[in-house]
Amino acid sequence: MEFLMEFPALGRRTLSGMKQAVDEAFKAFSRTYGEALENFFDPLLQFLIWLEKLLLAAPWPIILVIVGALSWLGSRSWKVTIGAVAAFVVIGIFDMWEDTMATLAIISVATLVCIVVGIPLGVLMSRSDRTQGIITPILDVMQTIPSFVYLIPVVMLLGIGKVPGLLAVCIYALPPIVRLTNLGIRLVDKDVLEAADAFGASPRQKLLGVQVPLALPNIFAGINQTIMMALSMVVIASMIGVKGLGVPVLRAISNQYLALGLMNGLAIVALAIIFDRVTQSYGKRLQAYRQGHGND
Amino acid sequence: MTETKVSIKNLYKIFGKSPEKMLPLVQKGLSKSDLLDQHNHVLGIDNVSLEIPEKQIQVVMGLSGSGKSTLIRHINRLIEPTGGEILIDGEDVLAMSETQLRELRRKKTSMVFQKFGLLPHRRIGENVAYGLNIQGVPEDEANKRARHWIDRVGLTGYEDHYPGQLSGGMQQRVGLARALATDAEILLMDEAFSALDPLIRFDMQSILLELQEELHKTIIFITHDLDEALRLGENIAILRDGSMIQQGDAQEIVLKPADDYIADFTKDINRAKVIQLRALAKPVANFDGPTLRGATVLDEALSTLAQAPDQTVGVVNKAGELLGAVTLKDAIEALHG
Repeated sequence: MEFLMEFPALGRRTLSGMKQAVDEAFKAFSRTYGEALENFFDPLLQFLIWLEKLLLAAPWPIILVIVGALSWLGSRSWKVTIGAVAAFVVIGIFDMWEDTMATLAIISVATLVCIVVGIPLGVLMSRSDRTQGIITPILDVMQTIPSFVYLIPVVMLLGIGKVPGLLAVCIYALPPIVRLTNLGIRLVDKDVLEAADAFGASPRQKLLGVQVPLALPNIFAGINQTIMMALSMVVIASMIGVKGLGVPVLRAISNQYLALGLMNGLAIVALAIIFDRVTQSYGKRLQAYRQGHGND
Repeated sequence: MTETKVSIKNLYKIFGKSPEKMLPLVQKGLSKSDLLDQHNHVLGIDNVSLEIPEKQIQVVMGLSGSGKSTLIRHINRLIEPTGGEILIDGEDVLAMSETQLRELRRKKTSMVFQKFGLLPHRRIGENVAYGLNIQGVPEDEANKRARHWIDRVGLTGYEDHYPGQLSGGMQQRVGLARALATDAEILLMDEAFSALDPLIRFDMQSILLELQEELHKTIIFITHDLDEALRLGENIAILRDGSMIQQGDAQEIVLKPADDYIADFTKDINRAKVIQLRALAKPVANFDGPTLRGATVLDEALSTLAQAPDQTVGVVNKAGELLGAVTLKDAIEALHG
């Protein structure tokens, strides 16, 4: 009867032994390879620091001009452009300029890393069902595992600082771009691919000339999602030493400063909306050729 | 006699999990339905052999599911056969490496598709130049040649449109121009005009015939439409359930159908516009009286026949040599099949 009432779990001693073994093994791994890994990520760190300094050193009017220009180039819409510049002006007036620049820097670098890693991974995934079968569950884990859980090993390995923060952001933000690149390439019309084959296109010519261009709207939706998810990690990243809008939010939580939390939170929202509108309308413009369908 | 350009020998294609194991069974005579019932494999092409002469239009006709589209994809190996041989200019296509095969597809064959297969993100000019871009032809040269072919198919001024902005008939002209732009000797046309409405289809057939008169390509044309087959095809092969049931020119198909299936097909066509005098001519030693060319169709010959003495005309070839004679009675019998 007792057997049925209580699940026959492993004994406490066995379990703690196992946990300890894992912890010890990881500590040993981190002692051996921690430095090598740190060196490996060093260029990334230097780039992040450089970008942050550049954004902070640049006079604010220039940043406003760049924000306006990029918004216009991306969206070709006055509404979005004016909205973006106005949001930055308000951010500046409420004295959040420096934190916003720091956040901008880490989001840009994280997005760049995700693009560089994610698009090739998505292409690889689209090539074979087996690769897709292996990568999909890994992406599922990356998206659903509580961020604090993978923060532990990251901090054990690399300590507190910008790089572990960047890594944490990337782990969370990478899946959508991989998934949507894979999906986009798989959705390319079989008839068009057959035509490319019939004209003797090499696998490379097919990938760069047909598959990627036709998957671009989907890939762009992936980039958009990746940016949104990276922004949503800003607060958590600030817990392990990343500067930016997350730091005051964190302070607001621990001290119950409502106004401070709200202000910085809204600044993050403003950034998210600007990024979203600009990338989305750019993605839509990439599909200009689809207009005029439906006349047959 | 013209030379053979493409030669297909004892071709088999079996779809399923282990087609190689099924091949010997099929070669021993296992039928299509038994193969499906007992082994769950589909017989796509069943022992097809076809010699395709150069510089002519070879039509392969059959209803859907007859394997005609599968057959044409074997010629440039978009589909790998299960057994058999394919030779182009005497070269074994199946022995080619990836690189050789790409070279074949770039230079020697080009293809027009039923669903056009245009690249939706490229403008018309860029679509026509696609084959040339793949070959690595310099941009200027490629654009120049593309423009030439766009003019030839009557799409001047549409270079900067996207395929999605064009009607079906215009899109297929782009498909045709793209295929012609590479100067390939062999043109594979897979139901190229089947998706177009009848008037446009007739126009496209005319464009093709007109171009062929000066280009003399080896054209392999797949269709399910007998009228189209008879209009275009110098040689016609008819497929059913993956096997070849008759080969010959239009006259033979119409006058001597190999079985009831083909006879059924040919029942509804306008025989007066297809049957030529040469197919009916009975040899005679000499003939005086009105003569007509062998290529005259009955529709045009009937009035002359009716007015001729004895209601008989002589039939001569291009050089004016006597081939034989045809009576009105022969002609009327031929019309009724």
